[in-house]
Amino acid sequence: METLEMTQEEQFQARIDADVRIEPKDWMPDAYRKTLIRQISQHAHSELVGMLPEGNWITRAPSLKRKSILLSKVQDEAGHGLYLYSAAETLGTTRDQMLADLHSGKAKYSSIFNYPTLSWADMGCVGWLVDGAAILNQVPLCRTSYGPYARAMVRVCKEESFHQRQGFEIMQTLCEGAPEQKAMAQEALNRWWWPTLMMFGPKDEDSPNTAQSMNWRIKRFTNDELRQKFVDMMVPQAEFLGLTVPDTQVKWNEARQAYDFGEVNWDEFWAVVKGNGMCNRDRLGARVKAHEEGAWVREAAMAHAAKRAARQVVAA
Amino acid sequence: MEDAMQFAPSENPALATYSPEVRQQLFRFVLQLADTSLILGHRLSEWCGHGPILEQDLAMANIALDLLGETRSLYQYAAELEGQGRTEDDLAYLRSATEYRNPLLVEQPNGDFADTVVRQFLFDNFHYHFLKQLVNNADERLAAIAEKSLKEATYHLKWSSEWVIRLGDGTEESHRRVEKSIAELWRFSGELTIPTALEKELQTIGLIPEYADIQASMTAHAERVMEEASLVIPQQVFMLTGGKDGRHTEHLGYILTELQYMQRTYPGMTW
Amino acid sequence: MKHDALIQTVIMTQSEWPLWEVFIRSKQGLDHKHVGSLHAADAQMAIQNARDVYTRRQEGISIWVVESKHVHASNPDDAEAFFDPANDKVYRHPTFYQVPDSIKHM
Repeated sequence: METLEMTQEEQFQARIDADVRIEPKDWMPDAYRKTLIRQISQHAHSELVGMLPEGNWITRAPSLKRKSILLSKVQDEAGHGLYLYSAAETLGTTRDQMLADLHSGKAKYSSIFNYPTLSWADMGCVGWLVDGAAILNQVPLCRTSYGPYARAMVRVCKEESFHQRQGFEIMQTLCEGAPEQKAMAQEALNRWWWPTLMMFGPKDEDSPNTAQSMNWRIKRFTNDELRQKFVDMMVPQAEFLGLTVPDTQVKWNEARQAYDFGEVNWDEFWAVVKGNGMCNRDRLGARVKAHEEGAWVREAAMAHAAKRAARQVVAA
Repeated sequence: MEDAMQFAPSENPALATYSPEVRQQLFRFVLQLADTSLILGHRLSEWCGHGPILEQDLAMANIALDLLGETRSLYQYAAELEGQGRTEDDLAYLRSATEYRNPLLVEQPNGDFADTVVRQFLFDNFHYHFLKQLVNNADERLAAIAEKSLKEATYHLKWSSEWVIRLGDGTEESHRRVEKSIAELWRFSGELTIPTALEKELQTIGLIPEYADIQASMTAHAERVMEEASLVIPQQVFMLTGGKDGRHTEHLGYILTELQYMQRTYPGMTW
Repeated sequence: MKHDALIQTVIMTQSEWPLWEVFIRSKQGLDHKHVGSLHAADAQMAIQNARDVYTRRQEGISIWVVESKHVHASNPDDAEAFFDPANDKVYRHPTFYQVPDSIKHM
């Protein structure tokens, strides 16, 4: 009967510690709810905004096969955004509210999408590196404490698995192709490597919320742990492709059984987070435009549904 | 998983029986169908990431993907009919605007959502009824491609018909917009069923369906949808033609500039 | 909730397409299973959106949609009263009964 003396909050934590999933109607601390809404919607926004840098190459894809693959991949991202918005909605917010926060700049999305995609090799790098980094983040979230979020992530991860492979395949084809193609691949890697490392967020010592989030199991590894994992995974893959990672300090550390690597340019990281990346304005502008120009369409569908329902009542 | 390359060349015994002339005509016609699906799929894919709501972004991408799948099957067949060693990508990426044979309708810009819906509706209404005939075609390969595409086109027509109704019956604004799109785009609809010299010849030898046979069901469907949408079918519209003979609106050049950018900039490479 | 806030909520929920829960039968003979949710203006659109969103990889052969507001759920606070009483009804399970080894087909 000890549990009776536990506070609601202690009981909640005990369930999480026992790996029992929290479901929408269960009691949860306000801070847990708020943090989750922020995290899930941020993730959903990243999928939504993430459609843009790749989307602008769908019309320029170099073969019909690549065009179909890229379109289906970007479409998947729309699906992933949708799954995640739905998961967040179970916490008592609405998609409209979340979009309003995105459009006003209040909500964030992954800064990586504020970098431009300039060549076809960028489609390779986004799939191989950016999706690779995202997967490292997402796979542990399939076991996150909030049920609807975990289930959405299972679906996302299942679909996501082809994304990284198609990116790697693009890179491999380029690297095995003509010298211009290989150069295109290296040039893209040079641009994407560091921004991808930034995707894992600030260093652990600058990430004050990590401890609480880990406690709640809505985050399962620290930023630096994931960043290290990523480097350890990617350096050999770059070597396989015959590409050079643009970091002279990358070196295998026998004692740590991991790669040492250089310091991320944190000034650039914060500048982009604060809205001063190359594409921040374009990306957000494109989303706001789509939403505003879609308003009359959404209204029309609602009006028609209401009219039809009314007609059915009259007819009955 | 089905892929565009599901049709093995051996599946078409008729191929050997065609005279060189018929084979050339059929090649040109299949190319026309492929160009049509490609350009419309391309246009729809421009919406990806910019749709009015996520759910419809997914829907439009699905339609575009269906059309691209059909495109590939058709180009592959065209390449075989031609027998010159060209590939699907050669046909899509290395032909100029005047060599493209798609009808004018599908190259028209996306405009607003109403423009896209009306363009889609006009095309789907033709596509669906045309494919329904084509599944019984004497050319087995075309019939097989049509059978797969017909299932997709059935869904497309449902999607675009319902949206015409929603927009027509929805709000004042949506009604006004869709009315404007109809006034703008209807003049491109006639070309779909006005046979070119090539089509007439193929119809004469019974290798492609007579458009007169599908006109009645197309009209009936359009009338039903337009009525439910409280919209009026424009009368006595001057129908623009030319696309199927390679005389296009200026839009196509820009589409191809983008579509063919990589292949033109880096000739002969594998991607 | 204050009156203004209530009206605001009504306006907000009206401007957005309603939320629908989606259930998919993955193959003949299996139950429809909840797979997620989506927004749609009406039931017909909800079914089509479900097809476009949740069956892109041959996940289903049949779709149910239910507007989320029509789903009534048991309250987690009642969980003990609802579900614990079944714990001691072991006699409802076949393993509770001992059958002689020589008896077959039971």
